[in-house]
Amino acid sequence: MSGITDLWTMGVIVGLAAVTVLTRCFFFILDRPWGLPEWAHRALHYAPAAALAGVIAPEIVMTQGHLITTLHDARLYAAVVGAAYYYWRRGVLGTMLAGMAVYLPLHLGLGW
Amino acid sequence: MFFSPAIRRRPEFRAGIRDMSSAALGIGAWGLMTGVAMVKSNMSVLESVAMTLLVYAGSSQLAAIPLLFAGAPAWVILATGFCVNLRFVVFSLHLRPYLMHMPRWRRMTHGYLTADLSYALFTRQYAAPPATLAEQQSQEAYLTGNYFVTWCSWMGMSLLGIALANFIPQNWGLGFAGVLSLVAIVCSMATTRLRVLAALIAGATAVAAHALPLKLNIVVAIGAAVLLCFWLEKQFGLDPDAEDDK
Repeated sequence: MSGITDLWTMGVIVGLAAVTVLTRCFFFILDRPWGLPEWAHRALHYAPAAALAGVIAPEIVMTQGHLITTLHDARLYAAVVGAAYYYWRRGVLGTMLAGMAVYLPLHLGLGW
Repeated sequence: MFFSPAIRRRPEFRAGIRDMSSAALGIGAWGLMTGVAMVKSNMSVLESVAMTLLVYAGSSQLAAIPLLFAGAPAWVILATGFCVNLRFVVFSLHLRPYLMHMPRWRRMTHGYLTADLSYALFTRQYAAPPATLAEQQSQEAYLTGNYFVTWCSWMGMSLLGIALANFIPQNWGLGFAGVLSLVAIVCSMATTRLRVLAALIAGATAVAAHALPLKLNIVVAIGAAVLLCFWLEKQFGLDPDAEDDK
C-alpha cells in the first residue's frame, strides 16, 4: 500500500520539477545572444538519436543491471519486430502495437 | 500554450494533434506504468500525484524513485535527474532559434512542455527556424498541438495508473510499450548512415557503461557516439547537411 507523505520528499519533487525546467529550457532561459560553437552545431546531427538510443538500449537488453544471457526474452523480439514495422510502414503507433503483439504473448504466455 | 484561442484556431494546431496522436497510446501506456511504479514503490498518493503533475519527465521520475527510498541525499537525486535529462539540454540548443522571438515566460512554458516526442516531431516537420511572423505563428501552433497530446495522454494515464496501482500487476510489462514508442522515434531520427551508427554506438556504450552511477552511462554514450561520428565525418570528408538531404 502507499506510504506517508513527508515534506522532504515533496521538496525533492519540487526540485526535480525545477530540474525539468532547467534542462528543457537550458539554452533559451537567457536573452543574451549565444554564438553556437561549430562543434555544437555538428553535435546536433548526432546527439538526439544517440541520447534516445542510450536511454532505450539498456531497457531492451539488460535485466537488473546485467546483460541478458538468454535469447528467451520477449523484449528482443518485440524491439526487432517494432523496428522492422517502422521501416516497413512508418508510424509510432503501429510500431508500438506490432511490438506489443509480439511482446505480450511471449512475456505472459511463455514467461520470457 | 493550448489555452490561447489564437493558437488553437490555427490549422497547424490540429495538424500537430493529428501527427502526435498515433504516439499517444505508447505515451499513455508508459505514463500508466510510471503511475503504477510510483505507488508500488511506497510513495504516497499525494507524492505520486505531485510528481506526475510537476516533474513531467518519465525517465527522471523512474530514476528518482529508487534513490528516494534508498534515502539518497537530495543533491544526488537532483543531479541524477539532471543527467537523465541531459538530452533535453541538447534539444534546447536546437530549439533556441525556434523560440527566441518570444518573451521569456512564454518560451520557458513551451520548453517545459516539450518532451522527446514533441521535439522529434516538431524538428522533423520544420527543418529551419521561422523567418516570418506567419511562420512563427504556424510553428508555435504545431508545437503546441504536439505537446497538447503528449501532456494529456501522459497526465491522464499517469493519474489513472496511480488510481489503479493496486489492481495492475507490474509483471505485465506494459511499460515496454513506452520503450517501443522510443524505438520508433530513434528510427525516425536515424536518417543517415552516420546517424544510424551514432545510435548503435550510443546503445552499445550505454549498455557497456551501465555500472556508472547517476545514469552517467547515457552521458558517456552520447559523448562517445558524437565524438566517433565527428571523426568519421572528417575521415570521409562528409558534409553533414548534404548527408541529411539523402
